[in-house]
Amino acid sequence: MNRLVAFYQSSIGKKITMSLTGLFLCTFLVEHLVGNLLLFVGDGGESFDAYSEFMAGNFVIRTIEFVLLFGFLGHIVSGYLVWRKNRTSRSTDYEVYRLNENSPIWSRNTMLTGSIVFIFLVIHLRTFFLPLRFDDPTPSPYFLVVQAFTNGWYCAFYVFALILLAYHLRHGFQAAMQTLGLRNSRYEGLINAIGAIFWLLIPLGFASMPIYFYFFHTMSNAAMALGAL
Amino acid sequence: MKITLKVWRQKNAASEGRFETYVSNTVSEHMSFLELLDVVNIDLVKQGLEPIAFDHDCREGICGSCGLMINGRAHGPGKGIATCQLHMRSFKDGDEIVVEPWRANPFPVLKDLVVDRRSFDRIMQAGGYISVKTGGAPDGNALPVPHDHAEKAFDAAACIGCGACVAACPNSSAMLFVAAKVSQLALLPQGHAERADRALNMVEQMDKEGFGNCSNNYACEAECPKGISVDNIARLNREFLRATVVK
Repeated sequence: MNRLVAFYQSSIGKKITMSLTGLFLCTFLVEHLVGNLLLFVGDGGESFDAYSEFMAGNFVIRTIEFVLLFGFLGHIVSGYLVWRKNRTSRSTDYEVYRLNENSPIWSRNTMLTGSIVFIFLVIHLRTFFLPLRFDDPTPSPYFLVVQAFTNGWYCAFYVFALILLAYHLRHGFQAAMQTLGLRNSRYEGLINAIGAIFWLLIPLGFASMPIYFYFFHTMSNAAMALGAL
Repeated sequence: MKITLKVWRQKNAASEGRFETYVSNTVSEHMSFLELLDVVNIDLVKQGLEPIAFDHDCREGICGSCGLMINGRAHGPGKGIATCQLHMRSFKDGDEIVVEPWRANPFPVLKDLVVDRRSFDRIMQAGGYISVKTGGAPDGNALPVPHDHAEKAFDAAACIGCGACVAACPNSSAMLFVAAKVSQLALLPQGHAERADRALNMVEQMDKEGFGNCSNNYACEAECPKGISVDNIARLNREFLRATVVK
């Protein structure tokens, strides 16, 4: 037990915790995106609602939800502790400090991008998760999606948060590999290619949903309204 | 060349520091940066003023003594060089150059541009050695060392402990330094026996000294005068994880 406490108290221990929880959260993103692709089936949300109902009622999924909660907590708490320690390690700042000449921008702003993604997460849970879990009668998940994504401000914030998520993962995935000791400059290309699935394809996939609903759903409604005239 | 220097001046560890501006009109582009400071100091001494204190020894990039933050870059612009290897041809006539000491809480400023880097020594004392006597130089191949291990260990051993990694890092992390020292010994048979204790103890001391956590932005590798690769940090992370499991 002492060894585990010492492990978490060490700088590397907290970062390994961040890496493992971060990669776990990445696998959750894959599952979440694949499920959400059902929004594009074009059956008025029938498949998506059935999928949501299955997820809400399945015992295994409900159990994994708790693991996911601990994954988020582990990632956020460790990230905060690492950030807080790092802020106190240089009391006097440099007069001139050209970090932009020796490191990429996404590697220097993970706390900022992570914090905004966290705010997004809270709003996201308020929009979808809480009504589906606690409202009586339970609304149709597809209806909630249409309602949210036909709101321009909501869509804009959603896409903005996904761009920041992309920035977060652009650094996060390869950093997790490095912290777990799995990165080596010989296969850096491979790690970057796998990383691109997470930082590029997944946020693009998620962003396609509000964009699709905002433009096409709103337009088809407008066309219908025009037709009614 | 005419160069304007804005230099951090600080009487001692306890006093407040400030920037002072000095102009030199007699700078040759062939001078090293330390020679520029020598020239400025000669003028200061002639005027009866206190010369700028800065660390230096070999002046050929192997001792790791000189280390200055020059225009916001550790060891100044350029790759793979220490401050003593930075030449004035890297600057333009009329440039203003800001010179600061390494900034990190585990490297307190002693005077002007000189910092106390004994925190590195204490990390080395925590495990950067092998405690068995290995005798004189052994016969060739008496101790089998795979060639690539020897190469990697040698690359890690090139670290001169100058502290540029800490100075450049936004978190003042010493991970590249510790990683180089741990790697150098972990890769060779003589260092194997104590590799677990070494990784745990050196990391513990690094944390105790107040260095920040590595956030993998690799500014350290970019500024290292010896080109120590961040692959060594991945190896340190592996060594630390392994040691946590086996100890």
